[in-house]
Amino acid sequence: MIKFFIFFISVIFSEPNDQIIDEIVKKMDMNLNSENRVIKSKMIIHGRRTSRTIESKSWIVGINKAFTEYLSPAREKGSKMLKINDKLYTFTPQTDRIIQISGHMLRQSVMGSDMSYNDILEDKPLNDIYTASFEKEEIINDRKHYVIFLKAIEEGLAYPQRRAWVDAEYFLPIKEELYAKSGQLLKSTSMSGIRKIGERWFPTIFVFKDELKKTSKGTEWIIDEIEFDVDIPESIFFKSNLRK
Amino acid sequence: MLFNIAIKNLVGAGIRTWLNVFVTSVSIFMIIFSSGMYTGMKQHAMNVSIDTEIAGGAFWHPNYDPYDPITFEDSHSITPSILTELVESNKALEVLVSQASIYPDGRVVPVIMKGITLEQEILNIPTKEILKYEGDNIPILIGRGMSKYTKLNIGDTFIIRWMDDNRTYDAGLGEIVFIMDSDNFKIDFGHIWLPIEKMQKMLSMENESTYVVFDDNINPHSAGDWIKRDVKYLIRDMETIIEQDRPNAIMIYIILLSLAAMGIFNAQTLSIFRRKKEIGTLMALGMHKRKVVLLFTIEGAMNAIFAIILTVLLFGPLLYYFSIYGVPLPIDYSDMGLIIAKRLIPIYSMPLLVATALIVFLILLLVSYLPSRKISKMHPVDAIRGKTT
Repeated sequence: MIKFFIFFISVIFSEPNDQIIDEIVKKMDMNLNSENRVIKSKMIIHGRRTSRTIESKSWIVGINKAFTEYLSPAREKGSKMLKINDKLYTFTPQTDRIIQISGHMLRQSVMGSDMSYNDILEDKPLNDIYTASFEKEEIINDRKHYVIFLKAIEEGLAYPQRRAWVDAEYFLPIKEELYAKSGQLLKSTSMSGIRKIGERWFPTIFVFKDELKKTSKGTEWIIDEIEFDVDIPESIFFKSNLRK
Repeated sequence: MLFNIAIKNLVGAGIRTWLNVFVTSVSIFMIIFSSGMYTGMKQHAMNVSIDTEIAGGAFWHPNYDPYDPITFEDSHSITPSILTELVESNKALEVLVSQASIYPDGRVVPVIMKGITLEQEILNIPTKEILKYEGDNIPILIGRGMSKYTKLNIGDTFIIRWMDDNRTYDAGLGEIVFIMDSDNFKIDFGHIWLPIEKMQKMLSMENESTYVVFDDNINPHSAGDWIKRDVKYLIRDMETIIEQDRPNAIMIYIILLSLAAMGIFNAQTLSIFRRKKEIGTLMALGMHKRKVVLLFTIEGAMNAIFAIILTVLLFGPLLYYFSIYGVPLPIDYSDMGLIIAKRLIPIYSMPLLVATALIVFLILLLVSYLPSRKISKMHPVDAIRGKTT
């Protein structure tokens, strides 16, 4: 009886074990990744003095194909971005050129925001590229969060280490800190405006902050419309579509 | 006799002669000075480049193109053993090149990060200053221009972000340990220098480098598939820039020479018209037309000789002073991407001095000869009567 009581107490109050952590990460991936989706969003880039709003529409299939067209302001209208596997191409009507972004250029910010091209490119499920370990539980805004630490299991990731505050109910990383190999904090993200869309919980407001740029006030990415599992024609992801 | 008459005429013309001589001598001075500055600039740029960048030449990784930063991430490999031996015997130095970003005061500044052999004495870069650093941060050496641009001073720390060989981004804290003064903007602007061993570790590129610079006393022939770049190859860009600028310099010489020539031509023409009666008398007394032409040509030649002598006496000390102490330049040209000393020392070569004197002499002969030809067409009686035809 005493043994059973000890076992019961340990199950109730113990930290989540590796299996449970894996489940948490899988649930996060399930919420954040999908077969395909079409998103209409706006990015609000907060500069030192003013803020800029850039509207765009994206078509995403799995983790390997994504096409984004910028809709406004007039200056950015017509700019497009295409991701096919690990290649990223951009097109701006002003230059009328398709440029492949690679290597060190991936580190550059997208349209002056706190997001880098690498942030866009790296879209693999976390469970495939990181091993997670539990750190602690934390209460944020009266909600229970699991703090987990993710360490890369493959080379060449933009962020070899990250720490996530995962909401215990939604299984979404409400807050994340992204680190360099040396442990230097590079970027922080947060998400809010969580909505139930179909079977998944999905955030509609993301905030990215480049922690190395002291002058940065962060970039908001607000999802206005999102549709999951819709038919996206293959032709969307043709390179020639960038010039259309 | 003609020579004596020419001297008398020149001295007799008084202030007019001396003004001509002075203007010509100013022109000679300006030609020599501007040519000297030009040669000095060229020589300085070459010397500085060889001193701080080139030495005896280099071996480059086959993919390395210093003007295309995108090639940097693929232009590194284990340094060929023949070059490693040279590095170990202090006859060469290794440099590893990569792109990076630094965040001074939270601003992002893209830079070229170069790891260099610290013990080297081949290039005039004070790399040994980094050896004095004992802290835990990444010790960084930058140039004065970079320091001004980034507002970084000795002791300042900042984040450096780079991509390693596995294409993983990493970051660390850099600290400025020394600020060098260099006339070569190419090793200053947009550059940060650090110990090569440290950089190899940061980038997971153990024993790798991008290029190896060797001492000018040795001449290694080959190093695997690495490409040898000799001094001639490495200074070709600079030579091209200077060559492109040569037409401008030639135009300046032509303008200055034209000014001097016009002065003499004007003076000689005036002199002929004012001295018609004298010429007529000389011709009536039996002087041959050819001798009259010769007289005026000698006068022109004397003008040139006086001008050369005046240049030596009047401007010689000034030219000498500049050749020793240089000419302070009002602005820092390194901001414009030029290797120009803040105090530029003109170089006057013997061929320059002789050629300038000879050209001025010949031009003055020509402009003296041309108006005096008109005399040969005059009738002595008309000349005595002061009639021009």
